[in-house]
Amino acid sequence: MIEVRNLTKRYGNKLAVDNISFSVDKGEILGFLGPNGAGKSTTMNILTGYLSSTDGQALIDGIDILEDPVRAKKLIGYLPEQPPLYMDMTVMEYLKFVYRLKKCKLPIISHLNEICRLVKIEEVKNRLIRNLSKGYKQRVGVAQALVGNPPVLILDEPTVGLDPKQILEIRTLIKKLGKNHTVILSSHILPEVQAVCDKIVIINRGKIAADDSTESLSQHMDGNSRLIIRCEGKPDEVVKALNGLSGLESIRINKENVEPGVSEYYINTKEGTDLRRDVSKRLSSRGYTIVMMKSGELTLEEIFLKITTGDIYGKVDDDTVIQGKKKGGRK
Amino acid sequence: MLAIFLREFRSYFTSPLGYVFLAIFYAFSGVFFLVFSLDLGTTDLSSVFLMMFLVLMIFVPLLTMRLLAEDKKQKTEQLTLTAPVSLFSIVMGKFLAAYVIFAMGVIVMPIYGFVMSTFTTISWLPILGNTLGLLLLGAIFVSGGLFVSSLTENQMIAAIGSFFVNLMVLLLDTLINMVPSGLFRDILASISIYTRYAEITTGIFSLSSIIFFISVVVIFLFLTVRVLEKKRWA
Repeated sequence: MIEVRNLTKRYGNKLAVDNISFSVDKGEILGFLGPNGAGKSTTMNILTGYLSSTDGQALIDGIDILEDPVRAKKLIGYLPEQPPLYMDMTVMEYLKFVYRLKKCKLPIISHLNEICRLVKIEEVKNRLIRNLSKGYKQRVGVAQALVGNPPVLILDEPTVGLDPKQILEIRTLIKKLGKNHTVILSSHILPEVQAVCDKIVIINRGKIAADDSTESLSQHMDGNSRLIIRCEGKPDEVVKALNGLSGLESIRINKENVEPGVSEYYINTKEGTDLRRDVSKRLSSRGYTIVMMKSGELTLEEIFLKITTGDIYGKVDDDTVIQGKKKGGRK
Repeated sequence: MLAIFLREFRSYFTSPLGYVFLAIFYAFSGVFFLVFSLDLGTTDLSSVFLMMFLVLMIFVPLLTMRLLAEDKKQKTEQLTLTAPVSLFSIVMGKFLAAYVIFAMGVIVMPIYGFVMSTFTTISWLPILGNTLGLLLLGAIFVSGGLFVSSLTENQMIAAIGSFFVNLMVLLLDTLINMVPSGLFRDILASISIYTRYAEITTGIFSLSSIIFFISVVVIFLFLTVRVLEKKRWA
């Protein structure tokens, strides 16, 4: 349904999108993932015909967006990063405008009411968009993309600015829409993509870093097993005690945000080795008490960091990641 | 095109802009009619029209400054530019919306003729000529303003820029008088908008003048489309 071939976009000297290719089949939901400034919005803007590419092609249902823009655009509903709302119109006036702009053929009143019901903006239908809260504005933006029931939906960070309940509602909505639409959705929130999408493309600095389905992505990255323990005693001595265990690759210490006298250790082991028993025996025989132990499989967050920064702990912002790890306490 | 036209047209009346423009136009034309015609006891409206020329030069930029600049600033252009419509119909819809507001002002001018014709016989040709002249000139002002509006996302800059474009229309003529006769002068004279305007106001409706005005409008609209097009490639 959507095919992107060797897409490149250059802003002057800056390469925003660097030779990316991917495709989305009919009825699939694709998650487009990447840190800020990775080129997500640029790619989406090219797909929708708002920007042109420097090189490469974007095909919507086989139609090149540059060669036959009007026909290709008819197939797309687009929610840009900032919803394109006219502040001086009421929600209904605005949707009617979009309806006419897109030259839709569906019965106008029932179609627009249906959309309002779907994105839950019925109660603000007759209010000026200017006076709506951010969450409602965002939902009007989603509604706008749905007008005319286009087969392809391109949503740039659709859940930004919504409260947790609304986020869940929008996700459910997108999942529902994904049954008979082809959806591309961008986000930098991983659980969102994990929850909603069939397929993920991770993009970083304009390049595709990974292109896979969510499940196989986490399996694929699972190679390096890991152990996280918290242990009493001086860190240097604990590390010394652990040294020499077969299968041990590296140890990282984190002293912050742990109970006094306790440190946290991230132990990376060789593939396929389970060191839990050995570590436990070794430490207790030397008189160190383990207060917590868990095997740390990589979460999608860590995969993401690993792919985008080359390190699960995140080279760029070391401490925050480690702290986040602790508070999160996954598994 | 119709959707864009209706939205822009409506938005003139959901904001004070349309009301302010029309009020200014009606007030000024009324005052000038009183001062330069009724008070002087003449049926010659040419000085009234001349003053309206100047008023329009200043106030048409108010109508056009918002058209594309605001779209850019509020990012609503992402909606119009990704909708299945051609760039030309977007530009045309916006042009027509502003132009219709403008025409709603100018169309009252013949009423002053009716007012006078109840007292005496008047010569209609100059009045109609002047009205047509304003309508044609206004089309240039509006399309020029639309073009300037497409270049910036700041409404103030758009307004000031289009005011200068309008001013050039007037200044070109004073410039011609300073240029020694020769090819350059001929070229300047042939693109003088004011000369053609003055000709129409006297009641001489030559086809070439009317085509000239429409061509200038089309050039501005074309340039506006090109600006929008170019943005995609930037």
